This record gives sequence, structure tokens and C-alpha cells, in this order.
Amino acid sequence: MRRAIFAAAIAVVAAGAVQAQPPSSGQPAAAPAGDADRGKTLFTRNGCYQCHNYEGQGGAAGPRIAPNPLPFRGFAAYVRAPRGDMPPYTVKVMAEQDLADVYAYLRTRARPRDVSTNPLLSR
Amino acid sequence: MNRRGFLKRASLAGAAALAPPGAAAEAQSPSPRAPAPTTPIMSPAAETSTPPEVEILTTDRTGSDFMVDVLKSIGLDYICANPGSSFRGIHESVINYGGNQQPELLTCCHEESSVAMGHGYAKVAGKPIGVFAHGTVGLQHAAMAIYNAWCDRVPVYIMLGNQLDATLRRPGAEWAHSVQDAAAMVRDFTKWDDAPMSLPHFAESAVRAYKIAMTPPMAPVVLVLNAELQEQPLGADARVAIPKLAIPAPPEGDSRAVAELARMLVAAEHPVIVADRLARTPAGMAHLVELAEALQAGVVSQSGRMNFPTRHPLNLSQARAIADADVILALEVNDLWGVLNTFRDQLHRSSRPIAKAGTKVVSITSGDLYMKANYQDFQRFAEVDLAIAADGEATLPSLIDAVRRATTGDRKRVFESRGAKLAEASRAALDRARLEASYAWDASPVSTARLCAELWGQIRNEDWALVNGTGGWAPRLWNFDKPYQWIGASGGAGVGYGAPAAVGAALAHKPHGRLAVNIQADGDLMYAPGVLWTAAHHRIPLLSVMHNNRAYHQELMHVQKMCNRHSRGIERGRIGSELVDPPIDYAKVAQGLGLHAEGPITDPNEVGPAIARAMASVKRGEPALVDVVCQPR
Repeated sequence: MRRAIFAAAIAVVAAGAVQAQPPSSGQPAAAPAGDADRGKTLFTRNGCYQCHNYEGQGGAAGPRIAPNPLPFRGFAAYVRAPRGDMPPYTVKVMAEQDLADVYAYLRTRARPRDVSTNPLLSR
Repeated sequence: MNRRGFLKRASLAGAAALAPPGAAAEAQSPSPRAPAPTTPIMSPAAETSTPPEVEILTTDRTGSDFMVDVLKSIGLDYICANPGSSFRGIHESVINYGGNQQPELLTCCHEESSVAMGHGYAKVAGKPIGVFAHGTVGLQHAAMAIYNAWCDRVPVYIMLGNQLDATLRRPGAEWAHSVQDAAAMVRDFTKWDDAPMSLPHFAESAVRAYKIAMTPPMAPVVLVLNAELQEQPLGADARVAIPKLAIPAPPEGDSRAVAELARMLVAAEHPVIVADRLARTPAGMAHLVELAEALQAGVVSQSGRMNFPTRHPLNLSQARAIADADVILALEVNDLWGVLNTFRDQLHRSSRPIAKAGTKVVSITSGDLYMKANYQDFQRFAEVDLAIAADGEATLPSLIDAVRRATTGDRKRVFESRGAKLAEASRAALDRARLEASYAWDASPVSTARLCAELWGQIRNEDWALVNGTGGWAPRLWNFDKPYQWIGASGGAGVGYGAPAAVGAALAHKPHGRLAVNIQADGDLMYAPGVLWTAAHHRIPLLSVMHNNRAYHQELMHVQKMCNRHSRGIERGRIGSELVDPPIDYAKVAQGLGLHAEGPITDPNEVGPAIARAMASVKRGEPALVDVVCQPR
């Protein structure tokens, strides 16, 4: 028998933890240099996309974390020791530079156009 | 000659049916020293000589004809079946004696599909359809779907063929297909079963089974149809009575308890109503709206049924309402503990309460009236302050009356003020959902938000009903405002429910001319895709749009969690869960089963036009499928 779907619970627990900030927020402080292309590869290879989707836009299983993730320090702290349901990524499996590259990838994701101009999403 | 004697003779037919007198007796008691029969089986002498006695080989009426009369009397419209010899008698009676109408036999390619079709059908039609299956191999296939229906509190009327008399079984497969106690395998997750020994017994048990299945908490029931009983000749003058069927009125909550609950709700500052498998009929949603509006209380509708309009200003399903509540009313909530607590799935599992200390919790559920022990679908025990063992929907009218009686003018003004704030929260949640959906709008694979938005754009002006899957976004973006527009999910989370339940639900929507829409998960479809052929064969209109993330993604996330927890091989988390290399071409699969189908689509701009073309087929009364390669969730 296949397992129950825990996605909703995961989303509830994880939401607000590494959630992206509103588009109006400023640049993250002390973000190390990162390679966005490598970060894209790591984001997929290391399974980040599984909950946050390929663009980091979030969904039923995890919150949105792009294009304006938390400041790097908080981002890295959460990835290492999540307070919610997210699996922990230790240094052993994801080096500091890997985190920096993923962070760079997230910051390069496209911002959405104005919802009011999207006929499929406007009221 | 009775049937038993007939069958004994028939079993010897190859050697002795046309043999001269005495040959049959010899064949029944073979002696190692007896010479082999010398008369050729088809010799002229055998064909022209007088037979030993006149053998009756045909009959005008059988026990299974009467069974069909009973099934008609209780109102079964359809029977889903993959054909099986243990129920060949009633199969023939349905299609010939019964005229293949009410019930009509639907050809299924897997017993799991048969039951899941019944599961989906019942949630739309409000009544069960029948399933025929072998008591052994058929039931083994059907078991998971029965468990889903059990967990989901849905009636399915299951009839199993079996040959109980060992002396009458054909050698070989019929022995392998026979069982002493057929229903034993599913007794832990069915509500009632019987193996009638006579036709009057069948009639009583058939009516009893229907009553039991339809009384909340509803659940599947099983009747075992002995092959002997099905195939026995029924004299032309035989008269067997069919008992009258009266469906029991569902149990309402105790009037004193309901009055106490009403006082609690009226006095509360932040009452929240949580509804799960509440709305059994179209009246359920109307009653819940009435209660919520009378109190101006927020409603959290879980996904069990179509309980509450998604864009109603009191809908707080997307908000965090539980933490602020001072009174929580749980209506047919299966996992109330899960509503009141969060659970953290890390190396050391832990939980913490969401509701604040002192919050009063009241439950109304028929689950308190009936429960079994072995399977644990009843969830963790939740502490409540008042438990009303009754059907939620049936109790709502008296609760609404009690709330109105208890409401003073002062409280009404408080309610109005509260309602205005909740309406603002509801509007904000919808705006948030639209904004969130706009991220990764042009991404490929297609985002699930884009998939749902494109689908909504095509169906919003139709009389639609979502029969399976949400893509994660449909409840957030679509305007569900009719009681038939959602039927809940599988119940037991047994994968393989989606496609057949969607076909069954679409069958129930068909006479109403509604557009049945299925957001179909790829892994789910791979369990028994043959149900698409059933939809094509029986002209069941259904629009299926694939949420194809090329994985058993829920399991993929679980395995990834283990990889991370053990800090090893996090790059290999997909092994064993992905459906790639080769990617499955669902459009070709569906085309091969007789559907209009397109895909795989990876460009989000192509999704809408493909759905529009598929809808044209559906409007002609046929099923169609669009395969969209999607992001995971």
C-alpha cells in the first residue's frame, strides 16, 4: 500500500521557514559569490526541486524560495538545520560553496509579470 | 434430474455422455482391469441409439435471474466487472434476462478499476453501483480499491462468485478460484458480508447489504454468490419474495448536545468550523454555508468532500485559522488530531499543538458510531470537549436552528464585525494565491500553477466538475461553488484510485451533461490504464489532463529525506521512484486505448490550445487526454 500524501503537512510546517521575501525587499547581506549555472545543476541533482520545484517557485510541498531568498546566513542555517520538515543538508553532502551556488541560482530566477496583466490570473 | 446430478453427468460428458447404457457407470467407477470403451464417442450408433434417459440440458429461468430481479429492485444502475467464470450465471442473467439495463454491465480490465469506478460513481450519484469479481483472484485484485472506499466512507456493492461445493467444481482453475470464506480477506475493511445459501436468503441479504452500505458511516459491503445458487434452474412457478428496501434515516445529534454546542459557538469570539467528509448530498454544502453565515464563522474545508465554496468570504481554508480559534467545530473530520497539531518528520519525530490552550473542541462524526480495529485509518486519538456521535450533515439543520435561537442582537453585531474581517482575510488569500501562481509562469516543465490556470481558463464557462486531482492549485485558483464540483480523494491514499474513480464519477455526471475534469497523476495511471479503454468503450466523456512529473513523487521525497538524514548519496534519491528512461508517452497509451490524446506537452503556451481540442472530443461524448510534462508539485 502506498503511503499517504504528506505534502500538505510538509508545506504547512515548512512555510515561513525559508520562504522568499517579498519582491520589494533589499539585497541579501553577505551573500558569497556563487556560480548560478552550477547552482542550477545542484538544485536539481541534490533534490531541492522536489519540494520547491525547478525554479524555486514553491508549491504544494514546499514554500517559494526564489527569486529573493532569505539573506544567505539565514538561508544556510536553515538548510543545515531545518526547524520544519525539510531534510537537513549537512556539509558532508553539500559544501558551503554548493550552497552559495544554489543561492546564486535562486537569485537569478525570473520575477513574475504583474498579475493584473495576466488574463488567466486576474480577477 | 436435479442440477447436482446434471453436473455430475456433464463432468463425464467427454467419455460417457453418448456412450451406451452402462458406460457412464463404468466411467464413474473405473477399474484398472476394465477394458477401455470400444465405442467411438461420435459413432453413428451413439448418435442414433436411445439415450439412457432424457437429459435436461437447458432451463428457462435460473437463480441468477432472480438475483437480477433483486438487484433491479434495489436500484443498481451499473455493474462493473472483469469477466469471471464463477459469476458466469449472473453475468448472463444481467445481459440477457435483465436486458443489460439497470443494471448495465460495464466491461472493466481490472477488478481494482471496477471498485474504484464504483467509488467515484457513488460520491457523485449518492448511491452505489455493483461490482462482480471472482471470490479469489478477482477480490485479490480489488482489495486495495475496497480499502480506499472503506477509508473514504463510500458504499460499493461487491458481489463475489464462488463454487462452495467441492464435489461440483471443475478440475483445475475452478478449484484455484474457490474459497471457503471469500469475504474473509476484506472483512477488516468492509462493513458487512454474507454468503447466502438459498434465493430467499440472497434476497434478504441483498436488501440488508444495501441498507447497511447506505447508512452513515457508509462503506463497502460484500455478498458471495455461490455458483450453484446462480445456475440452479428456477421453476416457472417459483415465487420468491423480494423484501422492501427502506434506507435508514441518518442519525442526528442528540438535541441537548446540539443545544450546548450552539451556545458554545454563539458565545465564541473566534469560532472555526472544520469540515472533511461532511457533505454527503448537495444539501450538505448549503447547510454548512447557512451555519457559517449565521455565525459569521470561518470555515476550513479539508479535501474530503465539496463542503464549502472556495471563494465564499468565510472560507479560511488557505489561512491559518486554527491557531486563533477559541471554539473549533470538527464536522466529519477523519484526522482531528492532525488539525489540532503539527507533526515534524525528522530523525526524532515530534509534534506540537497548533490550537491555543483552552480552545474548546467539539466533534460531530458518524465515525464515533462504528469502527474496526485492525487497519489504522481512524488516526490518532484527539481530545475533545464535546463529542456528538452522529452524522454531520444530518445534524446541521438542528444545529442551525439552535444557533439562531441562541443568538441575541448583541451577538449579531459581533458576528457582522467578525465576518467583515474574515472576508478581508479570504480576499487576501486569493490575491496571494494568484501572485504565487505567477512565479515560474513560463517555465518548462510546466508549473502546476500554470497547468491549473490554463485548465481553469478553458472550463470556467462550462458546467464542470473536478473528479480527481487538484494539481495543488485548483482549490486556490478555481471558483468551486456547486456541490458536485469536487468529490474528495482516495481515502486510503492507495495509488491507482485516480483514473478509475474519475471514470466512475464521469459516468455519474454524464446524464447531467456536466464536463468531468480529471487532473491525472502519471504514476497513478500506470496502475491500471485499461480503465481508459473502458471509458472509450462505454462512451464516458471525461477530460483528463496529466500532471506528469515523471515520478512517484511523494515516495521520491520520502527517499530523499532518508538520503539526507543519513548524509550519503543525496544525488541518488530518485532511484526507484522516477518514471524515466524511457519516459512514458501517455498520449500514445491513451490513443492505443481509443482516446483522443495529445502530448507530451512541455511548452506552457501549448497547454491551453491542446485542452481546447480535447474538450471538443469530450463534448462529443468521448474521453480525451492531454499529457502535460509538469514540475513536481
